[in-house]
Amino acid sequence: MKVTIIDYNAGNVQSVLFALQRLGVEAALSSDPETIRSADKVIFPGVGEANTTMGYLRERGLDEVIRGLEQPVLGICLGMQLLCAHSEENDTECLGIIPQQVVRFKPKEGEKIPHMGWNSIYNLDPALFSPELEKEYVYFVHSYFVESGPYTIATTDYVQPFSAALRKGNFMATQFHPEKSGAAGAAILQQFLNL
Amino acid sequence: MLAKRIIPCLDIKDGRTVKGVNFVNLRDAGDPVELGALYSEQGADELVFLDITATHEKRKTLAALAKDIAAHLSIPFTIGGGIRSMQDVEVLLNAGADKISVNSAAVRTPQLIEDLAKGFGSQFVVVAVDARQVGGEWLVHLNGGRLKTDIRLLDWVKEAENRGAGEILFTSMDHDGTKNGFANEITAAVSDTVSIPVIASGGAGEMSHFHEVFTKGKADAGLAASIFHFREISISELKHYLQGKGVTMRL
Repeated sequence: MKVTIIDYNAGNVQSVLFALQRLGVEAALSSDPETIRSADKVIFPGVGEANTTMGYLRERGLDEVIRGLEQPVLGICLGMQLLCAHSEENDTECLGIIPQQVVRFKPKEGEKIPHMGWNSIYNLDPALFSPELEKEYVYFVHSYFVESGPYTIATTDYVQPFSAALRKGNFMATQFHPEKSGAAGAAILQQFLNL
Repeated sequence: MLAKRIIPCLDIKDGRTVKGVNFVNLRDAGDPVELGALYSEQGADELVFLDITATHEKRKTLAALAKDIAAHLSIPFTIGGGIRSMQDVEVLLNAGADKISVNSAAVRTPQLIEDLAKGFGSQFVVVAVDARQVGGEWLVHLNGGRLKTDIRLLDWVKEAENRGAGEILFTSMDHDGTKNGFANEITAAVSDTVSIPVIASGGAGEMSHFHEVFTKGKADAGLAASIFHFREISISELKHYLQGKGVTMRL
């Protein structure tokens, strides 16, 4: 199986490579359109700022490449947010693949931003999650989020209930970091690889 | 519900764990990766590796260590100790570190926090602060606590947040090593001053101390070293105890 991780200067690419390695998969890191298009699975990771990252993707024509992908794609964290229509983070037009808005948390007194640490996920869709993972803890680090909606396939509560994961067709995405979420995260990555 | 985090801290010198680590069942108690993996199995939520190597080879050994940890562990980890420049940090990020912590260098050059946050994102930047009470005033100390400054703790954590820090790691030097409990009152003041997460460090001696720092101290995470290294408290037992006390834990 050929797994390609889209290389666009995202911070945690190394962690994703290592997580796949622990599952016995040697993924390729690439920004070459053909290498991305010909992969069996594509992972679109992300740590960083939305506007700069979208600019980087557009300059290299990777926005069009990602929109045209037909194999299973997994967006992670910022990668998930960029699959959406628009982000409040520096008023960024995103890829528009999943018609959802990315907005900033409006914390109440005593609630910290970023939402950082382990939180439990529930209402899991079997497309990406085995039933044993219901209420399991996974690792989040983010200040922007997507509200629950028609594409939500996992929910988490922080400030309010929101989308821990999204799916539209072959595009799947997690707001949390499966590559940093211990055994639960490894199970989710494995299920994605099995699709 | 977001869980409170339990974070073991490992001191590293020349790529090895230093300072009394007492794990009889480890093949090699000095291997930070092996020790980290053991803590991870026991339920540690994150790990902090503090490098105390003083040589100029430091940057290279630290990057190699970060890569080794990232390859073997599937929980987040922070690396800190003597980080001074963007170059120091970039190497660690590329090696797979999730966060870096800056301490003295950030006080000497506060612009560093802004540069790091802009370059790598706030979530990557932990500002570590050592402070102790001097004449009734909590003052920031540098160089592992050896050098007193006139900077007030609460002023500094606010400035660190404003400049882009993603998290504060606060150590009370007055409590560190005493095992008499965390500095709950001032930790709560730090937590109320900033709107980013606060890791409390210094003073853990028994399980109830963690309960206090998460309630009275308003901390988001509790960090400790020797009580875990010497197996005075097992992480798994601690987390079950806290869950029983109504603190949200990842079990």
